[in-house]
This record gives sequence, C-alpha cells and structure tokens, in this order.
Amino acid sequence: MLKKLDELKKGETGLIKKVEGEGRIRRRLFDMGVTPGAEVYLRKVAPLGDPVEVTIRGYELSLRKAEACLVTVEVK
Amino acid sequence: MGEKRIIVALAGNPNSGKTTLFNSLTGSTAHVGNWPGVTVDKREGTYKKLEKPIDIIDLPGIYSLSPYTPEEVISRNYILDEKPDCVINVVDATNLERNLYLTTQLLEIDVPLVVALNMSDVVRKNGDLINVEELSKKLGVPVVEISALKEENLDSLMAEAYKAAAKGRVGKTVLESKELLHLIDDIKIAFKGKGVENPLFHAIKLVEMDELETKSHPDLIPMVEEFKASHADEVFGDDYEALIADARYKYISSHYAITLSKKDGNASKDKLSRSDKIDKVLTHRIWALPIFVLIMFIIFHVTFSEDLLFIGRITALAQGVAFDDLELITDPFWIRFLSADYLTPLEELAPLNGVPSIGVWLQSQFGFCTGSLIEAIRGSFGGGFIGIGMEEHWFTSLICDGLFTGLDAVLSFIPQIMILFLFIAILEDSGYMARIAFILDRAFRKFGLSGKAFIPMLTGFGCSVPGIMATRTLEDEKEKNRTIRLMTCFSCGAKAPIWALLAAVGVYAGFDGGIFVFSIYLLGIAAAVIFALFMKLFSKDQYVSPFIMELPAYHLPQFRNVMAHLWEKLKHYVIKAGTIIAASTIVIWFLSNFNWNLSLGMVAIEESMLADLGRTFNYLFFPIAPLEGGWTNISGWNVGDGWKYSVSTITGLIAKEDVVATMAELGLEEGTIFLQVEGVYSFALFNLFTLPCFAAMGAAYGEQNKKEFGITILWWLGISYGASLICYWVMHFCRTLPGLGYPLLVVLIGAVIAAGIIVSNRHKNAQRANA
Repeated sequence: MLKKLDELKKGETGLIKKVEGEGRIRRRLFDMGVTPGAEVYLRKVAPLGDPVEVTIRGYELSLRKAEACLVTVEVK
Repeated sequence: MGEKRIIVALAGNPNSGKTTLFNSLTGSTAHVGNWPGVTVDKREGTYKKLEKPIDIIDLPGIYSLSPYTPEEVISRNYILDEKPDCVINVVDATNLERNLYLTTQLLEIDVPLVVALNMSDVVRKNGDLINVEELSKKLGVPVVEISALKEENLDSLMAEAYKAAAKGRVGKTVLESKELLHLIDDIKIAFKGKGVENPLFHAIKLVEMDELETKSHPDLIPMVEEFKASHADEVFGDDYEALIADARYKYISSHYAITLSKKDGNASKDKLSRSDKIDKVLTHRIWALPIFVLIMFIIFHVTFSEDLLFIGRITALAQGVAFDDLELITDPFWIRFLSADYLTPLEELAPLNGVPSIGVWLQSQFGFCTGSLIEAIRGSFGGGFIGIGMEEHWFTSLICDGLFTGLDAVLSFIPQIMILFLFIAILEDSGYMARIAFILDRAFRKFGLSGKAFIPMLTGFGCSVPGIMATRTLEDEKEKNRTIRLMTCFSCGAKAPIWALLAAVGVYAGFDGGIFVFSIYLLGIAAAVIFALFMKLFSKDQYVSPFIMELPAYHLPQFRNVMAHLWEKLKHYVIKAGTIIAASTIVIWFLSNFNWNLSLGMVAIEESMLADLGRTFNYLFFPIAPLEGGWTNISGWNVGDGWKYSVSTITGLIAKEDVVATMAELGLEEGTIFLQVEGVYSFALFNLFTLPCFAAMGAAYGEQNKKEFGITILWWLGISYGASLICYWVMHFCRTLPGLGYPLLVVLIGAVIAAGIIVSNRHKNAQRANA
C-alpha cells in the first residue's frame, strides 16, 4: 500500500518510492539519505503532533509533516 | 619561516566528533573566529607532534557539498579555493552509511583525502568490526581508525595526512552508471579545455544542476540538457539530482556492508540502546513538555535567581515577615575572613533569609572586587588632589567613572554568561538541544522561528547579553537576526529597577504598581509575538527553512569540549563586546561630566553637554519628553523635566540600572516624578524596547554582519519610538475622554488583536492559494 510518509503510523515501516518537492528541500532530503529504495521506520511524533521522528539508514531523523508529505512510501 | 606551512582541513558531518578531534589535535593553540561574512565559527590551530608544525582548520559540520546552507558553501569554497594540503574526513564509524555520503563527494575533488573512522572504540565495544583495509581499498584513500575522545591513533592519522599531502591526489568518482560517466567525462573535458580546476567535481555538480555551478558556467548547460533529453533514465527520468544522490547511497550500501560485520545482524533494531531509553522519557508525548519546563527552570534559577530554592521566601513566610531581596547574603565572605571579622555572630553572617543563586552570588563578588578597586584608586589619586583644595580631578574621574566603570560593565556579566553557557554547552553536547527544537518546533514555526529560539528568548529575561550570544545555536541566519531583534521585548533583570521606580509613581498617578509591572512583562511578550509575525509577514523571502534534522544519540557531555566552548564564548565576549562597552562608556562619561567649555573642568550633570543635548534633541531620544516638558512648564516646551527622561535613557545605555541612578541624580525620584499614567507607560515601553545596553549591542555586533547589525539598531529605535508615541496618545486620549476612559482602551486593544488575526489569516489563505 502506498502512503505519504506523514500518514505513516507510529511503529510502521515503509520503503521509499518517490521524493517530490523542489530545490533545497528536496536536495536536503536526498543529502540526509531520504532517497528511493531506503527503508524508513516511523519512530515518534512530537508532543504537539508535529514534527515526526524516523529511523533511516541507521540514524534518527526529524522532519516536519509538511516535508514528510513530499515522500511516498510503500508500507511494509 | 620562508617555507609554506602544511594546512590540513577537517571535514565531516555534524556530531561526527570533528570538534573533539580538533580540540585533541590542537590543544591550547586553538583560536576561534568567524568565517568572512557569516557568524559560523571558524576554528584554527596547530598540531605540533610531527617534525613540522601542521595548521589545522575545522570546517563547519556538513552532510553534503550542496550549495544551500552557509556551512556547505563555506566548506566547499574553502576546499576548492584555498586548496588545503590535505582534507581529513571525520566519519562517525557507528553510522557509516550516512557519513560516507559526504566522503563520496569529497573524493571527487582533486585534494589529498584521509578518512578518519572516529568512535571506533564504540564500534569495538558493540562487538562490531570494520575491515579498514577493505574500505581503504574501495575508497582509494587511507583510512585510519581513531577515537578522538580517548586520543587513540591520532598520531598515525596525522602521519597519514602528512604523507598524503606530499603525494597529491586526482579526484575520482564512485558513480558507476556508464551513460552518466560518459556525460560527466564530456563535461570534464570541456572544463579542462577552459582551464577550470577540479574538473570532475564541477562536472558532477553541473549534472546535478547545482545552483552555484549553473550560475558560473551557463555556457555548458545546453550540453547537459541535450544529453538528458536523449538519455532519460527509466526510474528517475531526467532527474539527475535524485539519480546521483541515489547512486551514491547505492554504492555505499553495496560496499560498506562488506567491510562492516555486525555482531548480531539486524537484531539491534529491536533492542533499545541506552540513548533510546533516555529519549523515550525526554520526548514522551505527555512528559516531554513538563520535563522541559523543569530543566529550563533549574537552569535559569541557578543562573539568575536572587533567592535560591526560595529559601528566603519560605522562611519569611514561616516567620510571618515580608521578604526582602536586599537582605540576601551577597557580601563577599572572604572580605570578612580577610579582615579577621570572627566576632560577628554566625547568624548575622548567614541569616536564615535565603541565599542567592550561584550566578547572582558570583556577580556580586565580581561587582565587589571592581567596586573596591575603583574606590581604592579614587582614594589614592583623589586624596592627593582634594588635599590641596581641589575638586575631584578630571583624570581621576576618567579612570574611575569612565574606564573602570566600563570595565565593571564588561566584567559584571561574565559570571552569568559563564554559568548559562555551561548549561547550554551541556544541552548541546548531550544531544538534548536538538530534542528541544523537536518538541517546540510546532509552536514556534508559526512565528517564523524554530524551537531552538526558545532558549535565547528565555535567557533574555535574565540578561540580553547571553541571550543574544545564545542565538549562535540557530542555524538559520535569518532566524538568528529576528531573534536578536526580538530580544529587547523580554525585560532583562537590569530593567527591573526602572519598573520598580515607576510602579511607585502609581500612588500619585492613580494606577496599581503590581499590575503595572506585570503588564510591562506581558506587553513585552505580546509585542514579541506581534513583531515576530510582522517580520514574517513582511519578509521578502517567504521561504521557511526546512526542519530536516538529525537527532543525534544522547551521550555524556565531554568535559574538555564544554570547557573549550566556555573559553571561546568568554574570549569572544570580552574582545568583541568589551571594546565597544569600554569605548562607549567613556564617551558617555565625557558627555555627562563636561560642558561645551571644556577648559572649565568637570561640571554637574545638569550643566553637562549631555543635558544640553537632552534639552535640545529630547524628542529624538524619547518621543514624549517635550510633551512632558511642556506639561510641567508652559513657558517653553522643552524647559521642564522632559529632558531628564531623555538623559536617563541615554545613560541607561551603559547599563539599564543607570536609568534609575541618573534619574535620581537629576532629582527624579518617587514623589518628584510628575508623570501621568500615559507618561509612565510610554517611558516604560520606550525603555523596554529601545537599544539595550552597550554590552548587549556589542554582543549583537558579534553575532550579526554589519548590515544586519545596522538594521537591528534601526529596528530597536523604531519600535521603541513608535510604541511609546502610540501608547502615549492612545492612553492620553482614553484617560481624558470623559465617561468612556479605560473601557474604550480595552475595546481598542481588542480591535487591534482582531485585525491582526484577520490579516494573518488572509495572508495564510493567500499563501495556500499560491501553493
């Protein structure tokens, strides 16, 4: 099932299919290892509901929902 | 001399231990400055254990050589333009996958490269193993396992760097796709033909359509476009930026897996590390915010509280007496000790009415030292002059009231700066600072700020100087500038005496002192919110910096890193802010102690140049001053008390405590301040928002570039002038309007807030429509 990364539930794992967005935000995502083929695990949602924390390529990454919705994942 | 010194640059991800390595290599030779044009720390030092000294430059922590953040551009330009003799790429061995991504980019530059596998002791402790020889063979550059913290293998790392520097190196790429390599080769040849250095690096960046590259070589874009049109990739289409990033990560994951053998395969994901356990509590859905508030409370209580643990208030309550801050023991105990005052009863030495926090206590000790020093000098100089029947000599006054008062202003901030930055360094080094941003991001983003801005702002209530210095933790330059400009909204400790004096005026002007002080703090916070929204709304660039951020694993702060950080802050403050403070204090001293006829010697402040300036330009310094002047004396609009408020505001620039002191000197005290309620509020708001003391301006000068600093000064002047003028007329109008009075004021404030919400909502909708 395809989902946007911000729709992933806590504890779910997904495989990145596509990264949208443009310019520096997209580039920043790539540089931080958010590229197609990488596995993400949604670890935590911040107390106020945003941002989220994911595990990717062996480290913890935090990103806002506004940025997470640029990433399409296949839920495992 | 003569021979060129070898320069080695350290490059690597944030949190890779780069700064720890730098501190271990350079020791006491390190010094910190700024990179030109931006306030990103530039660390330089010397490594002395080889036959020749090696200069070491610590580049800012980066994840990539892309052109978007100042840190990335600095590192990239440094390596490309300054051509260090060797680059040491510091890699966190516990997270090879992401760390090697930068390595694959550094490899493409024609510069000798050595990979330092840092934290290899942790890898071993986890029972994992990295095949260093294999990794080195794959990358084609030397790889050295080190532990920067335990100082393991640093000498062999430097020996490798020294060897590599002598050999030189031609860039190579890890990209493997044949078509892509073909394109890169073509562009590389074109670059070589143009005589461009580092052709491979530039060629790959051009294929990525990198901003900096397309700007400097627009003539080569058609070549790339043409190729892309004919060679669309099946997965990525013509999106070569994604393709190259993906190719780098693919290369890493297919190769590093061979070199890394984990003890227990993939099972580690389910096992909670100690860092995970800590994080579970600190960013817990419910407990995160209360814990954060508690931590902040402890930090600020220990730094700024006048009544540690509220012992004073509690005992006062128990004894049924009023609590008085002034009775706390801030007397230097060692003075009693030195003067052998053993006879004073112990109760008097340590009365049960409380103790100040360590920050306040240290500050009072410092103040006592400089104070006694000034008096001692005054005594030894002045005594002689007064002895021959003269007024205090101007030179004594210059030394005591000018120079040493300036020095005192510089020194008195040091204890609290040091204690606060001790905590900030611990927060940063432990990894909690990143979580603060994570927890608070949502609340602050609305105002165009990130969660990290909370700490400088909260600090501002204690003192603007460390508050402004703490903005360095903000990555985004624009956010840093905004936070600095908002700083005066948070009433600092030194402004409290002004509020206390004005509160006392309430008895005559007919308002409640307690409500007045409370409302000033509240108005400050409300103004900060409004100003932040205003800055966001009218900013040319509506771009919000992304919050795509690593949350590093928690670890114990390193004593040496924390101490190095403190030392840097101290030096930075004393040198940058200190010179401004000392110089401006002397100027104010000169203006307030002499009249235009200099040869007549010193005069009282009422007859000084400053007073004349205050009388002539009083509306420039404090907008209602002429009104208040006219109000007390109808024969001329600027002969009343108004100028005294202006002059007090100016001397307040030395330190905000001086506002009250100067007012007293000019005869404005409780009972002689004939301000109406609008005058009180207007004067209060002006002093709240206007230029902070010279120390804080010096700190801002250190954190901003010249242009931004200029805007900051204008902003502070503008808002204080505007707010106090508007406040005066609105309140004057409401007060003098029969019948309606204050209810109208409440309605007006409500209308302004409503209008603000409507405008901001419209703006939001418009933005959404655009997107």
